[in-house]
Amino acid sequence: MKRRKFNLMLEIKNLHANVNGKEILRGINLTVRPGEVHAIMGPNGSGKSTLSSVLAGNPVFEVTEGEVTFEGKNLLDLAPEERSCEGIFLSFQYPVEIPGVSMVNFMRTAINEHRKYKKQEPISASDFLKLMREKREVVELDNKLASRSVNEGFSGGEKKRNEIFQMAMLEPKLAILDETDSGLDIDALRIVANGVNKLKSEHNATLVITHYQRLLDYIKPEFVHVLYKGKIVKSAGPELALELEEKGYDWIKKELGE
Amino acid sequence: MIIEQQYIDLYNQAKGMINRHSSDVLNAPREQAFADFQKNGFPTKKSEEYKYTDVSEFFNLDYGFNLNRLAVPVDPYEVFKCDVPNLSSLLYFLVNDSYFAKPGVGKSLPASVFVGSLKDFSEKHPDLAAKHYGKLAKTENDGIVAFNTVFAQDGFVIYIPKGVTIEKPIQLVNIFRGDVDMMSNRRLLIIVEENAEAKLLSCDHTIDEGRKFLSTQVTEIFVGKDARFDFYEMEENGVDTCRVASTFVSQEANSNAVVNSITLHNGRTRNNYEVTLNGQHAETHLGGMAIVDKTQSVDNHTFIDHAVPHCTSHEMFKYVLDEKSIGAFTGRILVRKDAQKTEAYQTNKNICTTADAKMYTKPQLEIYADDVKCSHGATIGQIDENALFYLRARGISEKEARMLLKFAFMADVIDNIRMDAFKDRLKLLVEKRFRNELAKCAGCSGC
Amino acid sequence: MQEEKDILDEVTTGDYKYGFVTDIDTEIIPIGLNEDVVRLISSKKNEPQWLLDFRLKAFRYWVTLPMPEWAHLQIPEIDYQSISYYAAPRKKEGPKSLDEVDPELLKTFDKLGISLVEQMALSGMAVDAVMDSVSVKTTFKEKLAEMGVIFCSFSEAVHDYPDLVQKYLASVVPYRDNFYAALNSAVFSDGSFVYIPKGVRCPMELSTYFRINAANTGQFERTLIVADDDAYVSYLEGCTAPMRDENQLHAAIVEIIAHDRAEIKYSTVQNWYPGDKDGKGGIYNFVTKRGICKGDSSKISWTQVETGSAVTWKYPSCILQGDNSVGEFYSVAVTNNHQQADTGTKMIHLGKNTKSTIVSKGISAGFSQNSYRGLVRITKNAENARNHSQCDSLLLSDKCGAHTFPYMEINNETAIVEHEATTSKISEDQIFYCNQRGISTEDAVGLIVNGYAKEVMNKLPMEFAVEAQKLLAISLEGSVG
Repeated sequence: MKRRKFNLMLEIKNLHANVNGKEILRGINLTVRPGEVHAIMGPNGSGKSTLSSVLAGNPVFEVTEGEVTFEGKNLLDLAPEERSCEGIFLSFQYPVEIPGVSMVNFMRTAINEHRKYKKQEPISASDFLKLMREKREVVELDNKLASRSVNEGFSGGEKKRNEIFQMAMLEPKLAILDETDSGLDIDALRIVANGVNKLKSEHNATLVITHYQRLLDYIKPEFVHVLYKGKIVKSAGPELALELEEKGYDWIKKELGE
Repeated sequence: MIIEQQYIDLYNQAKGMINRHSSDVLNAPREQAFADFQKNGFPTKKSEEYKYTDVSEFFNLDYGFNLNRLAVPVDPYEVFKCDVPNLSSLLYFLVNDSYFAKPGVGKSLPASVFVGSLKDFSEKHPDLAAKHYGKLAKTENDGIVAFNTVFAQDGFVIYIPKGVTIEKPIQLVNIFRGDVDMMSNRRLLIIVEENAEAKLLSCDHTIDEGRKFLSTQVTEIFVGKDARFDFYEMEENGVDTCRVASTFVSQEANSNAVVNSITLHNGRTRNNYEVTLNGQHAETHLGGMAIVDKTQSVDNHTFIDHAVPHCTSHEMFKYVLDEKSIGAFTGRILVRKDAQKTEAYQTNKNICTTADAKMYTKPQLEIYADDVKCSHGATIGQIDENALFYLRARGISEKEARMLLKFAFMADVIDNIRMDAFKDRLKLLVEKRFRNELAKCAGCSGC
Repeated sequence: MQEEKDILDEVTTGDYKYGFVTDIDTEIIPIGLNEDVVRLISSKKNEPQWLLDFRLKAFRYWVTLPMPEWAHLQIPEIDYQSISYYAAPRKKEGPKSLDEVDPELLKTFDKLGISLVEQMALSGMAVDAVMDSVSVKTTFKEKLAEMGVIFCSFSEAVHDYPDLVQKYLASVVPYRDNFYAALNSAVFSDGSFVYIPKGVRCPMELSTYFRINAANTGQFERTLIVADDDAYVSYLEGCTAPMRDENQLHAAIVEIIAHDRAEIKYSTVQNWYPGDKDGKGGIYNFVTKRGICKGDSSKISWTQVETGSAVTWKYPSCILQGDNSVGEFYSVAVTNNHQQADTGTKMIHLGKNTKSTIVSKGISAGFSQNSYRGLVRITKNAENARNHSQCDSLLLSDKCGAHTFPYMEINNETAIVEHEATTSKISEDQIFYCNQRGISTEDAVGLIVNGYAKEVMNKLPMEFAVEAQKLLAISLEGSVG
């Protein structure tokens, strides 16, 4: 495995986390540098979604041990919104419906909070609308969706496209795509993946969390990790994803002596 | 009957003065109302209908009355600068319970229409007034309606004769002003005849903070056949103001009415809304919101009577309760025996944001007909934690996210408003209220 | 299909099939109620002084009370002095074995479908049968005793387990609770007593059949169920009465207590005589049922199918005192002809993480009035309380009424309380669809009603579910036209 000699972006050391007193993450170690694409794969219940939630700071999960640094800052000390403003974006596996909050109002508030964090002036209404228009095209999002309440009545595919649209708006440094492929048909999958690829640069990184290989046909990772029972049990190049696709996860369990 | 006694004595002493400064129509039911009040007194918490708000307590203070109808030294046209932007309205004022007439301020209304002082109306159209005044608000059923009928000397009237449409919203601003603690007892009478149409926006403002005010208001609304009437009530009172308001609506066939009650800021409030659907295919939209904190309390008590078949009612009330506030909601829907094909839908949703806030809700369906569609739902809960996290994960601060979600919670109540300029204005006011920026009405320089 | 066919047969033939009178020698004390009557009841049952004192206190309190009027019921004035407060099948001593039980009595229970002999032999269900005021026979007592389970008549319990009775009697429903609770506490005659010791899962369903037989009598039984730590019991109650032209009074109390991690399931199929088609006669059923989840993680579940009685006034409730305790209430109430029912539940959340579920299905037909009345109260210290209530009403005629009166009182912001209610009728499309498939309208109604009530029926133990299903159909016979 070759690693670029860039600065560290995300560094996870021995991360343990609980939900409702039950330990889900049992010592995760992972390093992500700018420009890299990592895929985290693993069977159901291995802790993939927990990892993304913990990185985004979902208060349901309790971190019991370990460290996470993001660009030198202790991530675990930051509130979810501070993490977002620092440049972490989570594309939710199940985007939340928020009736009564329009997409426009929601996105403008988010953009302005990010700008405030960077000590910038609020965006003007015309610039904002221009930005919306421009970024909508990234994921071919219908103008009508933008005028509706957040995710309310969106189809599964629309919700996921809406996630990537928000990602385009907020221009994160680290994008965490939590099972973004679930519930997508092949066309929607291509649109979403193209969107993600368009936003990729050498300055940002992507963490793709997925159960299947098929998303990785579009978003090509350089590193593939297998998460099992709350630990990364195997890391390798993209060939690992293909091997998993072919053989399933059982051989890994065997390797681990189970 | 200790609290009642001082008012009984007052009436016995001041009877002559009260009558002298009022009109025959208003004087006519006074004695009967007085007898009813003596018999029933103020309702207490022991009464099922008032179990969550002790209204008798509101009256247990030494308030001033303006029975001699002295002019209150205030010009509301000076004090009240706020106007709903883009809402070109026909503006009227009540100062405490007196109609405020400013010479030279005219309104362009058809001659057949009457909007103004109830006392003047009942002198100009005694038959019309007598035919409607006190006909919905029965003094034998409710001690406070009786009390109001005993002491009310004036109020506000809207009379829209057959076939007339008033496009512009009528705006009634009620101002509470006093150098001592004051009580005002006012009446609203609204007659919208067959195929006529009007909209009323009525708001309450306390001007003198630090003074205690008590307002009793009885509103009677007659919506004729094929008529349309919208009534928006917005309360922006001070924390030391108590309000007891009873609104009675009677709807004829094919009529359509909106009654929307918005408690933006208050002290202690008890609102009664009673809607009777008397004609087939009448439709009513009863709704409201209450945003309360500190030790404020709001008790909305509603009753929709489906007396005839083929009527529809939509009812929705929402509350957000913060700090030590108390909310109560009672929603009774009665579908009478022959009221087949009734559709009645009711929702009451509430958010409590602190451990000290209390909410009581009591939806009631009483159904005596079989071919009906009725439902009610009530929830009490908190802000959705998933939605909160979603917003925070997009960089929105927790405080801001909570504000957004509370605002979103109220969105469908605001959407029910059929007056666009007011709708936009209210969105702003609600947002400000949740940001704690609005202690009182922002545009009102006297506040 | 066979089972359904049977139900339909019943529908076409059935009237109130339990309306016979048993001709057995009955001892009835004269009508009227005063302190002497209370003393007489107590002495007939050889009660200890403390119990007599309790009765007298209750009586003295009762005479100060007016009859409650808040329910949505029209009840004619009841003359409490024209009722006999004690009636018992005459006997010299309690029966030692089935052979000693009056054969007429055994036949009665045979007719009711509860042959005590058969029960003992076959079904593995322990039955206590209460006729008028006295418990006549409890089956399976010995077998249960091996596990330490006490299941006996209330009178026996007073003599054999005075400490337990004294400890728990009126601990959930004090005599001052309400008018009928006071009355019952003064004059209660018999009932069942159940105690499940620590860690014991009662191996069989315990069941009591109540029967009012004698004329002009009231029935006032009292049931007390205690499940100690980690214990489990499922208890069934069935009720019938003969057809009589005058109204008869039934005012019972049920108290249940669940200690740490204990679970009590209480199921009722109430089929007291509902009166005739013109509303003549029938039982006035005023019952106070309440359970307390005293221990942490305990659970009380009420399931009721109410088809009988002229008037029903009944609110089986749960006090959720232990942390993580659970209360459930599943109810089907059917009213037809001139029946009136005002029934529901109270869920009082005191402990942390307490949870309650309410499912109420009301079915009204004829000229009847059917009300759901419920209270969910979340007290200040009940952190993270959850309640979900679902109250549905089905109207089968245009002369009947269906009403809901839910009260929600929330004093803790971490609570989530939801209430939903709907009212509907059986649609013509549904009936037509069934008709088109060859099902008569009356049968279609039976099918649809059973489907509508399924959520609750599924909570009943098997034996009861079949009976309850039949009852539903019979109760609604002739209601569609």
